[in-house]
Amino acid sequence: MKLKTFFNTLVKQATYIIIGINLFACNFEEENSIHTKSIVYCSEGTPETFNPQLVTSGTTIDATSKQLYNSLISFDAKDNSIVPSLAKSWHITRDEKMITFYLRKDVVFHHTDYFTPTRKLNADDVIFSFNRILNDDHPYHNVSGGKYPFFQTVKFKSLVEGVEKINDYTIRFKLYHPDSSFLTNLATDFAVILSAEYADYLTKNNQKSFIDTHPIGTGPFKLKDFRSGSFIRYYRNEFYWQHPVKLDQLVYDITPLNTSRLTKLLAKECDVISYPIAHKKITEHADFNLDAVTSFNVGYLGFNVTKPPFDNILVRKAISHAINFQAIIDIIYSGQAQLAKSLLPESSWAHTNNSAEREYSLQLAKSLMEVSGYSQGFSMDLWAMPIQRAYNPNAIKMAKLIQQDLKHIGIKVNVISYEWNTFLKRLSLGEHDAVLLGWSADHPDPDNFFTPLLSCAARFTGGNRSFWCNKEYDELLRKALTTTNLKQRKKYYTKALAIVDNELPLIPIAHSKRYQARISSVHGDILQPFGGIDFSNATKVELTSKFKNNKNNKNNKNNKKQLPLPQNKTTTMSVR
Amino acid sequence: MLMFTLRRLSLFFFTMLLLSILSFSLSYFFPGDVLVNLSGEVNASPERLVLLADQYKTNGSIINQYIHYVTNILQGNLGVSMSSQLPNSDEIANFLPATIELSITALVISMFIGIPLGFIAAIFHRRKIDDIILSFAIIGYSIPVFWLGLFVILIFSIQLAWFPSAGNISLLFEIKQLTGFLFVDILFSDSPYKWQAFTNAFSHIVLPASVIALAPATVFIRLARTAMMEVLDTNFIQAAKTKGLTFTQVIYRHAIRNALIKMVLHIGLQFANLITFAMITEVIFSWPGIGRWLIVSIYQRDYTAIQSGLLVLSSFIFIVHIITDFIYAALNPLARENKHGT
Repeated sequence: MKLKTFFNTLVKQATYIIIGINLFACNFEEENSIHTKSIVYCSEGTPETFNPQLVTSGTTIDATSKQLYNSLISFDAKDNSIVPSLAKSWHITRDEKMITFYLRKDVVFHHTDYFTPTRKLNADDVIFSFNRILNDDHPYHNVSGGKYPFFQTVKFKSLVEGVEKINDYTIRFKLYHPDSSFLTNLATDFAVILSAEYADYLTKNNQKSFIDTHPIGTGPFKLKDFRSGSFIRYYRNEFYWQHPVKLDQLVYDITPLNTSRLTKLLAKECDVISYPIAHKKITEHADFNLDAVTSFNVGYLGFNVTKPPFDNILVRKAISHAINFQAIIDIIYSGQAQLAKSLLPESSWAHTNNSAEREYSLQLAKSLMEVSGYSQGFSMDLWAMPIQRAYNPNAIKMAKLIQQDLKHIGIKVNVISYEWNTFLKRLSLGEHDAVLLGWSADHPDPDNFFTPLLSCAARFTGGNRSFWCNKEYDELLRKALTTTNLKQRKKYYTKALAIVDNELPLIPIAHSKRYQARISSVHGDILQPFGGIDFSNATKVELTSKFKNNKNNKNNKNNKKQLPLPQNKTTTMSVR
Repeated sequence: MLMFTLRRLSLFFFTMLLLSILSFSLSYFFPGDVLVNLSGEVNASPERLVLLADQYKTNGSIINQYIHYVTNILQGNLGVSMSSQLPNSDEIANFLPATIELSITALVISMFIGIPLGFIAAIFHRRKIDDIILSFAIIGYSIPVFWLGLFVILIFSIQLAWFPSAGNISLLFEIKQLTGFLFVDILFSDSPYKWQAFTNAFSHIVLPASVIALAPATVFIRLARTAMMEVLDTNFIQAAKTKGLTFTQVIYRHAIRNALIKMVLHIGLQFANLITFAMITEVIFSWPGIGRWLIVSIYQRDYTAIQSGLLVLSSFIFIVHIITDFIYAALNPLARENKHGT
């Protein structure tokens, strides 16, 4: 009896406590307005700098280019054509050696805690941005090491004679010789426009290095806060010239582990994550979308044509028929890549359907081996790169599949891999027989696939690991660059492709896709077919709170019916 | 009370002496140059090295070196971290408050769950409730904390999406760091989303704090049960009962108070345990605390960070012990007669 009364008091007290906790918990249900106006993007790494002129690394480009800056011109996301950006129009002289840009007059630079601009964008800013790269004596040229890798690979200095100011809103580029890829180079994520006024201000305060660490640009977002290895916080640029930016805040949550990124997405701590794993798990959920975009890249099997037996075209062809490439696409890329028919991805304007499909036929392969005089077979070293790339997620596994396939035609394959830097070094010395590698394009111009991978000059600069050199092929590429007539260029490239198809210094394997996963309420074309991601159009449609469960999921579904969702350009894999 | 204080102070002094000798000797045991191990400045110029050698007297006798090492520490100079090249004292000031915050929350949770359950078990001694509570305590004590952490993330973050799985607050909230204690900083901040930030931080601390709290809670259950049973057996309880007080009155007015005094000491002792659990849990929940910082430093072979982290953490635990000793002595006059440190 005594115990019972005690027990009753206890139960009463426990009830009060539970009610108290519930009252507190109810506050979680209040409107989470900060979440609807902000996006948290879980990225895979810390950017090296905030100036894309200085790098080629994808992580840095993703974090900076399209968020902080604009270029003079840009690519249209639909057909890759060049469209106006900071320059509202441009004019090319008949000899194609002078290009005049007419600038917009309403472009405002970022107003931040560390700098407030007093004037709008004008010709000085453009000239400053390019002279920094072109002139070795420019006061800012050596500020962050003086290396401009993208501009060095496209030989910008030996192409551009100078940039001159015609008036406050007109500038003119003078070229040494016509080059049809010049405009595409200016439209890339690397050719951003910095503020000359900010540079003057920094020179006065003796803080020159701030230009690359405390960025001032014209893009949709401005830098608020950054902690290396932890996060980047961007605020809305309230004066963005193109359109009002819908997000208040954009936060990059730097999460290098791919399992952590997945957990954070599933727990809705991140709205968008880069390079997701477990695609199936994501597509199973109604709350998440998996985006994919075919990027401009190619994974290939390259032969060292200076080494026998690979100097023999027939051997290379035999191998191309003996490998089951469809199986590689299914296993290595989980079916999420396009079987490459040629060097060029199908979305390139220079792509033609002329190249014949490679036939998987052991019969044919064996007879080719016999004709070439290697019917006994031989042993070869196949080098597989040790790191993951979009164009080849697992080169070593791929090498093992090829090893199995080539056994059937009597070729014994040794799979070899080194640490990445050693790998590249020994590769450039030509120690390999064959290699699994790939290439990601910087811009949509087809030349970006042809010249760096297979031209004679690229044998020495390091892109051409086949050491294949064909005068006719090089001549076609040169001709293609000196004309701006697209039809003519396409003809040249088709011929060049035919030569590659015939000689087969490398076998293109796949054009892979780039992935990203997001919460369904996030809309906008974030993934781009090439270059960095773009949050300028991203929005969050309805409220998603982390604290809400089933009850709110129902609400979400209702919302979806009511709101017409903007159509996403990138392929949405599956929304169940 | 004076003798008691002196005894505790001498204990404190000798423990700190041993700790500092251990930490100092690590510079010699770790591979690499002693001066670099002491200062952490990996890329120091020759001129800087001369300055550092003077600061730590590395050319003098070992005793002299030790004295200068301790002087440096007392002046707040813990060297710089080998990997980040930031002063260790700043790093610790950044990370330690988050750990203290997490540990205190966990301690409160474990006390509020463990002690009442232990009392209930003692009151219902040898009945079903007692058995149930005891088996819960054994099971809870046997679950490894890293497994529990992952399990809890799987259930409450991923499946149910009730609580977040990483960090101590959503990155969307900008909270200026004043004290390092997040909840205090939020209250002092002028963010328009103060209340949202507060609930957000609260939801972030629930899972890790509960995971850490489980093991100490089960210890508290058993200790509270024993303490209560001892109290219930004493003569003054019998006397209270014969005076005609109801059972509820006896429990609330006499038994709980006396049993609680005995618990104070144990709470202090459990704190060391709690910090160990917190270190593992911080890694699992990406909690920006000193445990995670220390474990990352061990991965990166950041010797100066390991040394100073070790020193600060162990002195912190020791100080907590001494404080609980004092509180216990203040509450319980009998303990002041204890001649030896506990």
